[in-house]
Amino acid sequence: MTESVVEVPPARVPDELTPHRRAWHGLRPYLPLLALAVAAVLPYSTVRLPGIFEGPLNSPGTLQLLAVCLVFGGLAAGYDLLFGRTGMLSFGHALYFAAGVYGTDILITRAGLPLWQAALLTVTGGTILAGLLGAVALRTAGIAFAMVTLAFAQVGAILVARDFGGLTGGEEGLPLDVSGLPAGLVGVANTVNLYWLALAYLALVVFVVHRVAGSPTGRVLAGLRDDERRIGVLGLDPYRFKLVAFTLAGGLAASGGAVYCLIVGGASPHITSSELTLSLLVMVVLGGPGTRWGPVLGGILYMYLDHRLTAFGTSDAVEALPAFLSRPLSQPLFVLGTVFILAVYFFPGGLASLRSRLAPLVKAGRAEPEGSRVGRRW
Amino acid sequence: MNTVVLLALTGLGLAALYFLVASGLSLVFGLADVLNFAHGLFLGVGAYATWWAAGNLPGAGAEGLGFVLAVAFGVAAGTLVAVLVELVLIRPLYSRTIEQVLVTVGLSLAGVALLQATWGADARPFPRPEWTRRVTGILGAQVPNGGLLLIGAAVLVLGGLLAFLHWTRYGLIIRAGVENREMVTALGIDVRKAFTLVFAIGGAAAALAGALGGVYLGTVSPGQGGSLLIFAFIVVVIGGMGSVVGSAYAAVAVGLLQQFVNYYGASGVGDLCVVALLAVVLLLRPQGIAGKVAHA
Amino acid sequence: MSATGEPVLTVADLSVRIAGLHILQGVSFTVAPTGVTVLLGRNGVGKTTTLRAIVGLTPRNGEVRGTVRMGAQTLLARPTHRLVRDGLGYVPEDRCVFAGLTVAENLRLAERRGTTPAYDRVFALFPELDRRGRQRAGSLSGGQQQMLAIGRVLLNDNRLLLVDEPTKGLAPKVVTEVAEVLERVAESVPVLLVEQNLAVVRRLARDAVVLSAGRVAWHGNAHELLLETALTKSLLGVGPEVRA
Repeated sequence: MTESVVEVPPARVPDELTPHRRAWHGLRPYLPLLALAVAAVLPYSTVRLPGIFEGPLNSPGTLQLLAVCLVFGGLAAGYDLLFGRTGMLSFGHALYFAAGVYGTDILITRAGLPLWQAALLTVTGGTILAGLLGAVALRTAGIAFAMVTLAFAQVGAILVARDFGGLTGGEEGLPLDVSGLPAGLVGVANTVNLYWLALAYLALVVFVVHRVAGSPTGRVLAGLRDDERRIGVLGLDPYRFKLVAFTLAGGLAASGGAVYCLIVGGASPHITSSELTLSLLVMVVLGGPGTRWGPVLGGILYMYLDHRLTAFGTSDAVEALPAFLSRPLSQPLFVLGTVFILAVYFFPGGLASLRSRLAPLVKAGRAEPEGSRVGRRW
Repeated sequence: MNTVVLLALTGLGLAALYFLVASGLSLVFGLADVLNFAHGLFLGVGAYATWWAAGNLPGAGAEGLGFVLAVAFGVAAGTLVAVLVELVLIRPLYSRTIEQVLVTVGLSLAGVALLQATWGADARPFPRPEWTRRVTGILGAQVPNGGLLLIGAAVLVLGGLLAFLHWTRYGLIIRAGVENREMVTALGIDVRKAFTLVFAIGGAAAALAGALGGVYLGTVSPGQGGSLLIFAFIVVVIGGMGSVVGSAYAAVAVGLLQQFVNYYGASGVGDLCVVALLAVVLLLRPQGIAGKVAHA
Repeated sequence: MSATGEPVLTVADLSVRIAGLHILQGVSFTVAPTGVTVLLGRNGVGKTTTLRAIVGLTPRNGEVRGTVRMGAQTLLARPTHRLVRDGLGYVPEDRCVFAGLTVAENLRLAERRGTTPAYDRVFALFPELDRRGRQRAGSLSGGQQQMLAIGRVLLNDNRLLLVDEPTKGLAPKVVTEVAEVLERVAESVPVLLVEQNLAVVRRLARDAVVLSAGRVAWHGNAHELLLETALTKSLLGVGPEVRA
C-alpha cells in the first residue's frame, strides 16, 4: 500500500428502523422526553441508593456528581459527531472544552464580565478557534489528522501550564470569582440549579447532534465516514463538510466547558491534558459510536465510574485483597483502560449494541413455544 | 558564544531523547500503520526497570558496569513488553487501524495507572553514575554529561538502525514494507514477523530513552512518557512517517528550536514554536520532510 | 474450449463485494495448464478485483465468496504469502516495484530460504536488470520497471502467473518487448493475463474470458472471439482492428 487506509466505525442501522412489538413501538418516540422528565424531577427525590451514591439523590454532593456526568454525556455526544458520525479521529477535542472552561473563568474572574457576556464570548471564541484549527488540521486525514489535533491540543496545555500573563493560574488552576454571578448559581444549596443547567446542556447537544445527523448534511457526513471518495464523486467537497462538523463539535464542547466551569467553580489544568481527549474516545467507544444514546450513556457511565472507582479502590473490600490486586484496582484509569481494551475486542458496538446482542437470547426464550417463529428475523 | 554552544548541545540532548522515541514510533507507523499511544509506556517500563534493577538486581548498580547492566535490563524489559503488546493485543486486530489505535490508547491509560499503582505517582530519584552529574567544558560551555550521554546513545542507535535497515534481510523487508506492505506479502514474505520486529526495535529504543532520560533528568515518574510522546508524534509527522533519517532531522530541528526559543523568548514559547513548525510543514509538505504521504 | 488436460486454476462462483458494492457476481472460469489465458472486459468491470481475490488481496472492507482451486488446493482464506510460496506468482497493475530500493534489492527481496534463486533465468530474459543492479528502481523507465516486476516473480518457480495489465502506459516499442517476454515465459508456465491491448491479446492468448457487469459474458478460444467483430465490440467497447 502506498497510502495507509484508516477504517472507520461501520455504519449502523438506526434503532428506529428495527420494528418492535407494537405497544413498545408506540411509546418509543416519547422515551427521550420521559427520560428527560425523570431526570428533571430527580432532585426532588430523597431516595438513598446505598453503594451507588453516598448521600440521598437530592444532596448537593450527589447532584454535583450527576451534573458532571451529564456534562460529559453531552461532551461525548458532541465528540461522536466527529468520531462516530463522520469518521474523524480527533485527539484534540479537550482543547475546545478547555477553551470553554478557561475562557468563561478568565472573562468572569479576570475581566469581571457578567456571566452571559462571558459565556457568549467564550462559545463564539471556541467555535472560531475550532474553525481555524480545523481548517489547518483537515488538510491531513486519518492518522496524521489524529496526530495534528493532538499537537494543537498540546498548545492549549502549554499555554495553561505556563500561565502567560498570569491569566490561567498555572498549575494551581483558577478558582471562579462568584461575586458577580447570578445568586441562583452560587452556593451549595443551589447545586440543583447547576444540575438543571447540565441537563439542559445535554438535551441541547443531543438535539443538535440528532438534527444534524438527520439532515442532508448528516447524510453527507455518514457518507464521508463510509467512503470519502464516493462523496467526492458526487461533486461535494469533503473538506467543507468535515470543517463544518469539526467547528460545530468544537462549539458544543466550548459550551460544555462554560457549564462545567460553573459546576466545579473554576478551572484546573488537568482538563487540558491529552488524557481527557483519550477519555472522550473511551466514552464514545464504550457507549457505541454513531448511535444516538450510546455516547451519552458512555460519557455518563465513564465519569460516574471515574469518580466512584476511587472510593471503591479505598473501600474495605479492595483493601482486604493482596497488594498486587488492591493497588491496581485503586487506580480508576487502570480499571477503565482494561475494560476499554476488553470492550474493543469483545464489544465492538459498545453499550448501544447490548440490546441487539441480547435480542437473540430474549427471542429464543420467548419464541420457543411457537416453533414457527424460531429462526425468523424480526 | 558559551550560551549558544550550551543551548545547542542541550538542544541536541533533547533531540536525542525525541529521536529515540520517534524512530520506533515512525517505523511502527510506517510499516504497520499503528499509531502507538502505548509507546510512552515502553519508555516508562524501561525507566522503572532500570531504576528497579539498579537497586535489586545482583551485580547491577548505579556505577560503572553495574549501571550498564541495569540499563541493559531496562532495555530488555521494554523490548519484552513491546513484543508482548504486539503479539497479544495488536496482531489479532491486524489491519484494523482504528481498533489498534483504541487498544493502544487503553493500554497507555491502564499501563501508566499500573506504574503509578506499583511505584506511586511521585517522581523518584534515579540512580546514575557519578560522572553523569558532572559537566564537561566544550568551547567554553559547561555541558551536563548526562546530555552528552544521550547524544552519544542516539547517534549509535541511528547508526545501528541504518546499518540494520540497509544490510540485513529484515531491514530490506521493513524498508520495502514501509513503501508497499501488500506487495511484500505478494512476494511470499510473511510481513507480520517484521511487525513484531519493529515493535521490538521501537520498544528497545524507547526503553533506552527512558533509562537515559532518567539519568539526564535525575528522576523517574509514571507520566514521563506521556508528555514526551506528544513531541515525539510531532517529530514523526514532521520527519515523514516511516523514515528513520527524517525522524533524526526533525528531532534535531524540534530540539534546537525548543531550546533556543525557550531561552531567548519566554519559557514555553519554544514549545509553541514547535507546534507552529508542524502546522507550517503540514501546509507546505503534507508528507513531511521525507517518507510516505501522511494522507489517509 | 481449447484447454488440454486438467486446468491449473478453477474459479467457481466467485463473488466480491467491496464497501457494499457488488463488483463480481458469481464468476466461474478455468485456466488451462499451458499457454496464456486472457481476462478481458471494459474498464471497471472487475478484472483486477478478480486477480486480487485469487491471490488474497481483497481489501478488508471487502467480502469474498465462492471457491478458487489451484490443482487440488483451495486458495481463498489462505494468507497471500503462503499462496505465493506455493507457486502463485503475481505481477500487479502499475508494476509496484519498491521505488526507494535498488534493482538488486528488489530482486533480493524475492529470494526465498531453502531454494536457489534463478538469477540466470531472469538475467537471460532481462540483461538490463543485471547491468542496472545498483540503480534505484524509482528511477527506471516504465518498461524497465515492468521488466523488474516480472523478473522478481520469475526468480522462483511458479505453477501459475497472474499478470495485471503489463503493457499499460508503455510506449509501442516497449509493449512489443513485454509481449515477447511474456510469450517466452508462457512456454514454461501458464499465465492468467489481464490485458487491454488487443494486439498483445491476439499474439499471446489461447483462451479468453470476458467479464461484463460482474459476470462472465464469454469464455472460449481467444481467436474465435477476436474474429467476431460485433461481439468484441459489444463486450470490450473496441474493435479488434484497434492496435497500439
